[in-house]
Amino acid sequence: MSNIQNFTKGLIKENPIFVLLLGMCPTLGVTSSAINGLGMGLATSFVLIMSNMVISMVSSQIPEKVKIPSFIVIIAAFVTIISFLMEAYTPALHAQLGVFIPLIVVNCIVLGRAEAFASKNKILPSILDGAGMGLGFSMALTLLGSVRELLGSGKVFGISIFSDNYGMLIFVLAPGAFIALGYLIAIINRIKKA
Amino acid sequence: MAGKKESTFTNMVLVLFVITLIASAALGAVYEITKEPIAKAKLAKKLNAIKEVVPEFNNNPSDEMYKVGLNEKDTLEFYPAKKDGILVGTAVKTLTTKGFGGNVWIMVGFEPDGTIHNYSVLEHTETPGLGTKMVSWFKPTEPSREKSSVINKNPGSINFTVSKDGGDIDAITAATISSRAFLDAIKTGYDEYMKKNNNKEEISNE
Repeated sequence: MSNIQNFTKGLIKENPIFVLLLGMCPTLGVTSSAINGLGMGLATSFVLIMSNMVISMVSSQIPEKVKIPSFIVIIAAFVTIISFLMEAYTPALHAQLGVFIPLIVVNCIVLGRAEAFASKNKILPSILDGAGMGLGFSMALTLLGSVRELLGSGKVFGISIFSDNYGMLIFVLAPGAFIALGYLIAIINRIKKA
Repeated sequence: MAGKKESTFTNMVLVLFVITLIASAALGAVYEITKEPIAKAKLAKKLNAIKEVVPEFNNNPSDEMYKVGLNEKDTLEFYPAKKDGILVGTAVKTLTTKGFGGNVWIMVGFEPDGTIHNYSVLEHTETPGLGTKMVSWFKPTEPSREKSSVINKNPGSINFTVSKDGGDIDAITAATISSRAFLDAIKTGYDEYMKKNNNKEEISNE
């Protein structure tokens, strides 16, 4: 597989949310607005790229039996780093995303890419794979967040499109996340078949 | 893969030890770097909340902060705001445990006589779209919604409960519990503030 393919496959063909259906917990939890989705996506992308890079470098030195614990330590370290950085430089976003930032550790996309891709490939393809998957994840979360914010409160990225008196409250709440995600997956499947 | 390490006991212990060592060293370094910006961001957030709720001041309210224990678990924080040494208002960080989704923390500013100058909701877990409206509901800009405002009102001189309970404040539509909790938090802050202030006057009179 070429390097370009390693990068682009995460965007549509193997999009972690719409196609692989991985990492549903943060997807449904934080996407009540577009900016939350984007912030979460970028934080996860950082962890994906860094952990993919490090794991592809060290995986040949890690004995088979302690592979998973080692990966989790590496991933957890990067998650804690991004959590510190966000708290220091984007405190408002950090407060919004709250508990979902530490939970990136157990996001199955990150461990999934580490196990399925980074541990078997060289550094460059692994970084590209992480970047592609992270970008795909960010795009999906931003899209889902925008749809929910628009239908729920009439805004996108905090900019008013129509009065929030006409917003459907359910889309900001948890059930709306499932409904919106379901329709988005249906639309993506239709486009892919066409 | 070629050159893969065997899963012997020594190998496993060694590899895990090295990985955790490097990870903790990296975390320690990042913690040191971000310690100051994090403290600064928190302080700025607090100062902004104080600025929002009291009249203009030129001291540093955080320096003169005092705490009052409400019960064994919760404490209220008082930030006296002074202009040229004269008390113009006090920002009180108060809370209620009666929220619909848990504790609600509010920064409320009292003028010296106990009149509410302004408030700002710091932390809450109320239902989005319903209870969350408390952020702006109780300080309406339209004159027609004056009855739901708490601004420029004195909790000591009016019936400071929601109109459903016979009080003088209109609750948020469809979020009476959150509204009750909101007023409860402000009332708690007011009661403690007045208690503290009256005591102080007595001391200075002696």
